[in-house]
Amino acid sequence: MNALQIDNLHKTYRNGVAALSGVNLEVHQGDFFALLGPNGAGKSTTIGIICSLINKTSGKVTVYGVDLDKDPAAARMHIGLVPQEFNFNIFEPVGEILINQAGYYGIPRAIATQRAETYLKQLELWDRRFDMARELSGGMKRRLMIARALVHQPKLLILDEPTAGVDIEIRHSMWSFMRELNDNGTTIILTTHYLEEAESLCNNIAIIDKGVTVEQTNMRALLNRLSMESFVLYVEPELETLPDCGDYDITLLDKHTLEVDLHKGQSMNSLYARLSECNINVKSMKNKSNRLEQQFISMMNNKDYP
Amino acid sequence: MKLSAQYTALKTITIKEFLRFIRIWIQTVVPPAITVALYFIIFGELIGSQIGDIDGISYIDYIVPGLILMSVISNAYSNCVSSFFSAKFHRSVEEMMISPLPNYVIVAGYVSGGMLRGIVVGIVVTIVSLFFTKISFHSYSVTLAVFILTSILFALGGFINAVYAKTFDDISIIPTFILTPLTYLGGIFYSINMLPEFWQNASLANPILYMINAFRYGLLGVTDIDLTTAFIIIILFITGLFIFAVRLLDKGTGIKP
Repeated sequence: MNALQIDNLHKTYRNGVAALSGVNLEVHQGDFFALLGPNGAGKSTTIGIICSLINKTSGKVTVYGVDLDKDPAAARMHIGLVPQEFNFNIFEPVGEILINQAGYYGIPRAIATQRAETYLKQLELWDRRFDMARELSGGMKRRLMIARALVHQPKLLILDEPTAGVDIEIRHSMWSFMRELNDNGTTIILTTHYLEEAESLCNNIAIIDKGVTVEQTNMRALLNRLSMESFVLYVEPELETLPDCGDYDITLLDKHTLEVDLHKGQSMNSLYARLSECNINVKSMKNKSNRLEQQFISMMNNKDYP
Repeated sequence: MKLSAQYTALKTITIKEFLRFIRIWIQTVVPPAITVALYFIIFGELIGSQIGDIDGISYIDYIVPGLILMSVISNAYSNCVSSFFSAKFHRSVEEMMISPLPNYVIVAGYVSGGMLRGIVVGIVVTIVSLFFTKISFHSYSVTLAVFILTSILFALGGFINAVYAKTFDDISIIPTFILTPLTYLGGIFYSINMLPEFWQNASLANPILYMINAFRYGLLGVTDIDLTTAFIIIILFITGLFIFAVRLLDKGTGIKP
């Protein structure tokens, strides 16, 4: 049984805009699944339909074997959502937001209070439990939404750009938290525009473009399709001109920095050897951009779908 | 969702709604008390003393039931309309939409909140009335039944208004242009027997007239209309509006694109 199965999902809004024109997804239990696509591709509409926030036009959504049309309450029991935009009452205290959310799932107040304490402590919000939600910083508000989504202990957690606008330190701590949740058996669907986040966290991936699923595969297979990777090399001694490196596609960015486009079949070792022959030492190197980002941009630009 | 879980959810929404208006009591509970005190001073003491008795009851006593019920009506309505519209506006309504809550529990929860505000304000206004006149109860059961049923009915009205509302203007149009005129023309300050025959018959089309008169019967034992008719009308309205409100949520009107 899949955690989530979506078949031929269509959504046309009342103004005639067709947001989804055939989305198909298969998310296995225990997956850390990236749902990617450019702005306006239909990711949030898809999530909205899964979470009963948007009425679908046609298609079928099944959550842990439960058809969303036939038994919406049972299907919703399995889902936790961290939406893209803040959607809590900013005039409610932080602790109450969690306790109330648990109550909507029929969890008695005593248990809800314990769970609220657990998740607020895990997400470092316990000290702010009596504060109004409006008093929290942006990063805290994001963490509050994660705590709220977990309070009924869902099997499937959907994170719609959960780290948007949070600083790098908090982002990394949120990544660790998400990894831990996934390791403990929670299936996670993540949409994000930070592709290094998706590459680092997710094992499977789907790409939606113009309301259609254009790719669904595992992360390794997708990255293996990269025909070229770009690296930035920091070198010494100072270079006045570009060294002769044969077939390697190299650009001199400044006296200490080279940019190399490494095509399939070319190896970094032979490039190093070549540079060594020219008496150039590589002090350090980094990817120019992350690999998933390169593949994603290539697919979007070239419409290079399988 | 099991019945016990639904009950927990209903309690959750009710407590949340109760805390919401209690937290801002200075905006929700105090203003109606001041308004009613002013009505008593102006219409009861100053003008009322010039009017004389109606149905053998002094004018200030005659207007007490109407003024109490007017506060109940406007507060039950405004609690639901503002709370549910705010939930739409902040999108916190999504917290409930993604949960397994049946829609009738959502409606019942918000209506319970509206009803509680109506009751709390009604009690405060009754206490204020005691500074100006004595209140006696002709029938406790009729008084209590009308008090509660009226607050439920107008809480439902407020909820439906909020479902349709798209802007903050939309939540004040109905209270301003429909609810207030119907309340004032519903016999708070006069008996319909004082009106010409045409306006007496026209007044019978105003549902608020039945509530105010039934409540007046509960307190003073006088009424312009038949009590059974009043209860039938109130219960029919509550049933119809509840079903309508649940249907609106089922269809996602105003909340689901």
